[in-house]
Amino acid sequence: MSKIVKGLYYTNTHEWVKVEEGFAYIGITDYAQESLGEIVFVELPEEEDQAEAGEEFSAIESVKAASDVLSPITGIIVLVNDDLEDAPELINEDPYENWIVKVEMENKSEINKLLSAEEYKEICE
Amino acid sequence: MKKTVLYDSHLLANAKMVDFAGFMMPVVYTSITEEHNYVREKAGMFDVSHMGEFYVKGTEAEKFVDNIFTNDVVTMNNNQVLYGMMCYPTGGVVDDLLVYKINKDSFIMIVNASNIDKDFDWATKNNTFDCTLTNESENISEVALQGPLAEKILNKLTDFDLTTLPFFTFQYMKINNKDVLVSRTGYTGEDGFEIYADHDVILNVWNEILAEGKENVMPCGLGCRDTLRFEVALPLYGNELSKDISPLEAGLGFAVKLDAGNFIGKDVLVAQKLNRTTRRIVGLKLLDKGIIRHGYEVYHNDTLVGEVTTGYKSPCTGETVALAMIDRPYDKLKTELTVDVRGKRKKVVVRNKKFYQKSYKN
Repeated sequence: MSKIVKGLYYTNTHEWVKVEEGFAYIGITDYAQESLGEIVFVELPEEEDQAEAGEEFSAIESVKAASDVLSPITGIIVLVNDDLEDAPELINEDPYENWIVKVEMENKSEINKLLSAEEYKEICE
Repeated sequence: MKKTVLYDSHLLANAKMVDFAGFMMPVVYTSITEEHNYVREKAGMFDVSHMGEFYVKGTEAEKFVDNIFTNDVVTMNNNQVLYGMMCYPTGGVVDDLLVYKINKDSFIMIVNASNIDKDFDWATKNNTFDCTLTNESENISEVALQGPLAEKILNKLTDFDLTTLPFFTFQYMKINNKDVLVSRTGYTGEDGFEIYADHDVILNVWNEILAEGKENVMPCGLGCRDTLRFEVALPLYGNELSKDISPLEAGLGFAVKLDAGNFIGKDVLVAQKLNRTTRRIVGLKLLDKGIIRHGYEVYHNDTLVGEVTTGYKSPCTGETVALAMIDRPYDKLKTELTVDVRGKRKKVVVRNKKFYQKSYKN
């Protein structure tokens, strides 16, 4: 049974969002990392890139395949988690601690369109 | 969806199952890298029951196989195994396969699961000889035990001394008093064996090997089967081989005997050899970060010069490398090229395609 953290927002494509002081931290869920298997590379965007809700902003490469990561919300990427460049496996180890990007949200109400932990849990079942 | 006799064993071992060529097959049990390393360092066991087996029997069995197979069947010894291809008259590949010679009148062909029907149709259509061809794929199961400890583990179970079984030969023998065919073959670049038998016998063999091998063996899925064959540059049909790729372009000239008898496709291959192929499979090493994968386009400046056929971060060396079909003259060692990865150009350099050294036992 994969782990789901309460208080985060989720997408049906298995990304999570944590909102803190008006910024959104985005990562992939435990379910996603389990399905991918060992992650060997994370293609990171650049800071100041625009993230668009529903559009791909990063790609995660497992041993077997590449998967797009879709942005749950729209905004400017203000910070990229550089640790993932040399240690992509951190996402396998703790997918909720190791966010991929920090985004300055353009429209805070977008968050209401995302899934709650309870709603996301139903998708994973 | 078809299931092999080991389906329940895979579920019990927590395998992640996928549809492969119409079979529910294990892609990974624990992790691809762990399973990969087990095969390189100890022993790994694969369910390969989905592979196809055709029997060829009759006074002209040898003539039939010789006519359809690129390698030289006539000089084969009894109990020898030979790798090669079936080709179309165009020189493109129907499939790559193993041929087992029981005697002049009796052969077994082992073909890829994804090509069983196509291969059987092709073989049947070209059977103008005095021999019968039967598709036994549904009646035979198969496991492969691969790795440096494979001999030690399996030798405890067989009534035949496997230390006397040379590479690419086979023997009929018994495990637990049941008939099996064991060949010293495999597709991982390691020493190892492939065991063919009836379904219930294979279920027993699987369990016996796990019990005998204990911590020295683990079940391995299709995921690491692909990374293992890739590291030693063994081709996969659908990637390095297809109806549009000739064995010479794939670098498999060693399995194409142009100086022996006739076989379908030979004329085209002889001409290709004479004039050189216009492209060939090479190794690429990625100089930028990322992974390059099957289907990605390869460029020299702005000219499209080829396509990646398989790419991985090599579990054994940690380098990101790929096999790619590249037009000449961009196939030369150390040529700098780029690969289009999701719209971004990443730098690669042409290198030797043997990413890892095979360790077969002779």
